Amino acid sequence: MPEQFIWGMEVFANGLMAGVLYALVALGFVLIYKASGIFNFSQGVMALFAALTLVGIMEGQVPFSHLINAVFGTEIHHFGWHVPALAAILLTMVVMVLLAWLVNYFIFRHLVNQEPIILFMATIGLAYFLEGFGDIMWGADIKKLDVGLPQGINGTIDEVTYNLFGYGFFIDNLDLWATFIAILLVVGLVLFAQYSKHGRAMRAVADDHQAALSVGISLNFIWVMVWSLAGFVALVAGIMWGTKSGVQFSLSLIALKALPVLMLGGFTSIPGAIVGGLLIGVGEKLFEFAIGGMIGGATENWFAYVLALIFLVFRPQGLFGEKIIERV
Amino acid sequence: MKDMDADGYTTADGRRIGSVVMEMKNITLRFGGVVAIKDISFDIREGEIRAIIGPNGAGKSSMLNVISGFYNPQEGEVWYKGQKRPPMKPYQVARQGIARTFQNIALFDGMSVLDNIMTGRIRQMNAGLLAQAIWKGKAEAEETENREAVEKIIDFLEIQHIRKTPVGRLPYGLKKRVELARALAAEPSILLLDEPMAGMNVEEKEDMSRFILDVNDEFGTTIALIEHDMGVVMDLSDRVVVMDYGKKIGDGTPDEVRSNQAVIDAYLGVAHD
Repeated sequence: MPEQFIWGMEVFANGLMAGVLYALVALGFVLIYKASGIFNFSQGVMALFAALTLVGIMEGQVPFSHLINAVFGTEIHHFGWHVPALAAILLTMVVMVLLAWLVNYFIFRHLVNQEPIILFMATIGLAYFLEGFGDIMWGADIKKLDVGLPQGINGTIDEVTYNLFGYGFFIDNLDLWATFIAILLVVGLVLFAQYSKHGRAMRAVADDHQAALSVGISLNFIWVMVWSLAGFVALVAGIMWGTKSGVQFSLSLIALKALPVLMLGGFTSIPGAIVGGLLIGVGEKLFEFAIGGMIGGATENWFAYVLALIFLVFRPQGLFGEKIIERV
Repeated sequence: MKDMDADGYTTADGRRIGSVVMEMKNITLRFGGVVAIKDISFDIREGEIRAIIGPNGAGKSSMLNVISGFYNPQEGEVWYKGQKRPPMKPYQVARQGIARTFQNIALFDGMSVLDNIMTGRIRQMNAGLLAQAIWKGKAEAEETENREAVEKIIDFLEIQHIRKTPVGRLPYGLKKRVELARALAAEPSILLLDEPMAGMNVEEKEDMSRFILDVNDEFGTTIALIEHDMGVVMDLSDRVVVMDYGKKIGDGTPDEVRSNQAVIDAYLGVAHD
């Protein structure tokens, strides 16, 4: 077997893994978009905020310590305790639910029936606010996040592929875990949306507010629930990205990569978010591997966007999105 | 109307109507300077089919929206099951057992007929969010139990053949029937129908009339309906409230209302001097 081909397969596998992480962020977008018609630009920042909060709680960091120190001239930074990962994750989830409630209470409750562009602008504002708030609350330095997920090369895959091809694939354990967790998350979300009372209520609210009210569904409750779900997905994405490359503010930029993912997959489809993520992940890695070298490299920065652009021209609703037919 | 008393009355066809389940007392509803409903009182009794009729813009739909909590009146009281009802959100009213349909159909187009009707069962399903998320024990049993109730309603309204069809693809008449099914699924104390026959052809109207009568007969459901079509209303209902320009101009059995001069004037027009 030609060496190029085997390397290509490794690149392909790694692309799939990277794609899973894109898909995780895109999933949060789809959830909120489906349930409330809001395109949540702050999804990436929510992932960052979740990761920051998780690290902060685990390390026993004092929230707003810089602010407190600056105002009162004190020198406090840490409570001096460490919270176990699982407890910290649960606490962070509580914070994300609280955030969901606040977001609904102060912003979106007041914007019912507004134009999509107004809702979109509100989420941009929310994104900036959260980024700044996260900065003030936990500090801007890059933090290491370790919740005990295994990292490093997966020995079994290395061995098996070495025996098969005479060349061991480098697949990170963390990526395997991310894939596994993403699959669980998607299956869970689909089951929840399709076969539970609250899932049905969520779809109902997305479809028709008035009808939902008339059968006894509280819109505010469903919105808080949906933002909490998006917060949960953001937390999972934050943990994965944070563990992989440290919790830093560039994390919010991955939200931008989720946009082409959504254009490929369709804004209203949960499976679409996954397939779109994988396509972009694999596509950009393979493109860089096969063609990148000839045109000076660094194609990963723009490949996803160009692919999305091509999709916008030929299939604007994405692979799985609903085609919008306006009746004249 | 024979033997009208506090406990009820017996209809012309021999059905026994019970005591008052909902009473509107001196309801006034304004939108800015426009008075949509002016000082209207009437009651709805258990087991009866009560109609609200009137020409266009009489305030019928506004009245229905007051009952179902979509509007809160500026003046007047709503009494439900012997208690004064505080101002409420529509979803709270729905949970108290008042189900409704809409004049221009409000269904969940993207969802199947079955799922649409299942949403009607929300009042009967109490498993918490976490139990739902984990999908175990109580939540599962509850789902099965409510599914059975829904299947019965589907049989009753003869829509078995479209159970799995997304509602958006159905023709108008069937959509109306699905909406009725969703409201019925809530096992409501009062079923509010906002022009159930609007836009239907004669056959569809006949079907719908039959279903309304059957529902009332089979489940003893109290029904309050708004309708344009005088003929249909007179055949269906036990008692009729007539509205015109936001005021009540008549209230009684179809026969009484038919011979009421104010009602005749409102419908046929009268020379103003």
